[in-house]
Amino acid sequence: MTDLSTHSLDSPPDLRGSGGNADRAFRGTSYLAGGTVLLVLGLITFTMISRSTDALSHMGLDFFTSKRWNPPGESYGILSYIWGTVFTALIALCISVPLSLGIALFITQVAPSWLKKAMTYVIDLLAVVPSVVFGLWGVLVLSKNIKGFYGWLSSTFDGVPILGTFFGDNPQGRSFFTAGIILAVMITPIVVSLSREVIETTPSFEKEAALALGATRWEMIRGSVLPHSKGGLVGAVMLGLGRAMGETIAVALVIGSATGQITLNALAPGNSMPAVITAEWGEADSLKKSALIAMAMTLFVMTIIVNVIATSVVNRSMKKSRGV
Amino acid sequence: MNSTLAERPLEAPLAIGDLQMRRSWRGTKSQLMVGMMFVAFLVILVPLVAVIGTVVTRGGGIVFRDFPDWFTSEIPVRRRAVGPGMGPAIVGTLLIVMFASLLAIPLGILGAVYLHEYGGQSRPAQVIRFLSNVMTGVPSIVMGLFVYVVFTINFGLAGVGGSLALACLMLPVVIRSTEEMLRLVPGHLREASYALGTRKGRTIATIVLPSALPGVVSGCLLAVARAAGETAPLLFTIGFVTKVNTNLFDGPNTTLSYQIFKNASETLAGPQERGWGAAFTLVAITFIFTVIARLVTASYQKRR
Repeated sequence: MTDLSTHSLDSPPDLRGSGGNADRAFRGTSYLAGGTVLLVLGLITFTMISRSTDALSHMGLDFFTSKRWNPPGESYGILSYIWGTVFTALIALCISVPLSLGIALFITQVAPSWLKKAMTYVIDLLAVVPSVVFGLWGVLVLSKNIKGFYGWLSSTFDGVPILGTFFGDNPQGRSFFTAGIILAVMITPIVVSLSREVIETTPSFEKEAALALGATRWEMIRGSVLPHSKGGLVGAVMLGLGRAMGETIAVALVIGSATGQITLNALAPGNSMPAVITAEWGEADSLKKSALIAMAMTLFVMTIIVNVIATSVVNRSMKKSRGV
Repeated sequence: MNSTLAERPLEAPLAIGDLQMRRSWRGTKSQLMVGMMFVAFLVILVPLVAVIGTVVTRGGGIVFRDFPDWFTSEIPVRRRAVGPGMGPAIVGTLLIVMFASLLAIPLGILGAVYLHEYGGQSRPAQVIRFLSNVMTGVPSIVMGLFVYVVFTINFGLAGVGGSLALACLMLPVVIRSTEEMLRLVPGHLREASYALGTRKGRTIATIVLPSALPGVVSGCLLAVARAAGETAPLLFTIGFVTKVNTNLFDGPNTTLSYQIFKNASETLAGPQERGWGAAFTLVAITFIFTVIARLVTASYQKRR
């Protein structure tokens, strides 16, 4: 008591203690670390644009609309490679989406917990196999053994309207379709895990309500789970698409490296943007390097657009389902 | 009361089967769809088993045939030569990935601390969170070209260029997984610490991060495993050597993933064998990291 009374009221005791500077320093460092993301993305955009101007001013709009890629003649048109990128990614989606959805639904709605754990583990295993290993397997095993199957597909669907074009003549082991298969295997774990996250946000009372009304398990899934998670599933699939478009090494090895291919024949060899960059970078002069960087920028922009849409779709549907 | 109970015939209770759906088209359809879902899982098992099976039988055969030379001797200078040697690639992979982790993991963890502990739902934090999600989708080859333009053109081919590119790829993954883990730390731990007068930074460093540590570690290990398998960003940044180069900052380097890629496009048996062997070694390394990550998570869950 005496202590308190002798304490002058003019200068109140400093109760804040020590360590304020360390605290501020820690906060500052963490702000900076968060800012690195901004910095890197900004730098990528800046360097890509500044390095690709040479090729873009040399070619003009033809860069995107011409399919003539002839480096000795200094003509760089990337249309056929854009097509290859989109086509292989779409093939991959056609294969992967039904599989991923099925797996995600089975894991979340059907499997008992031990099986759930085991299946998740197996799918995660698929995600850690490096893409170059898939590429090695694709080029040395798959593309050699699948040629016979392609021949059968091609002759069976010969003359059938749509499938006949898709499984066209002169099938090759290294082709759009082989690249699509490899990509499908590679994006499936991503699509499965995202779909699972989305599906698991379905409130259990909605599912129980459906079951209580006498719905079968499938009717419950169709009536409660799928409508609830539709938006999020679209987002998950789009994130898979973005991943498939950017995938490089495995595709470079199995796509067949054929220039100027804009065709619906999935069994024909072709090329995709990342694969071309990989293959032609080594012997490129400065204009060609600029063209390849411009190609990378095109790819960057395409994947960013897909990812931004996908991320916002997923975020919105997650928010909606959490009721925020 | 008693009499009514006794009157009920005990030998025929209402069987669960009677409550279940009668055999009908609806029930069959449901079972059919569930069956198809499981078939989807079996279909995706085929390539997984095929890839891992081939890598283990063909690659494992090569690695153990040339044991222990496989891990120590240099890569043959003549491409068509038969025989072992991935020493430089193994050393290169480990060093490059280690340095990339050294860059990306502290930055990523601090970034996540900013996002979850300081930023929260504020505007800048939301922007950074969104951009870091977007950054996860940047194709690895774009990352490689980016590092080529800002680093390799000025400083030449070196292992550190590869590390930079891999770090850029790892950063958003580490941020994301760490933020998830920070979210799981209960708020009352923080409040208890504040109530004792601990400052926020100290609370994060001594209370929040340690309690999230197992999850953070396992997320980082998965990011490391993924980085070890990356090839595309290394094509432009590290060059190629056949001898061990332990200096990341001077002279070209090589990695297992790069060796697999190079040898995959060869037609001769010798290089192809080395490709399979390198694939086995790489898969083994990534699996070890993944298994450690699993064990860390499992031990954590048990402790809780």
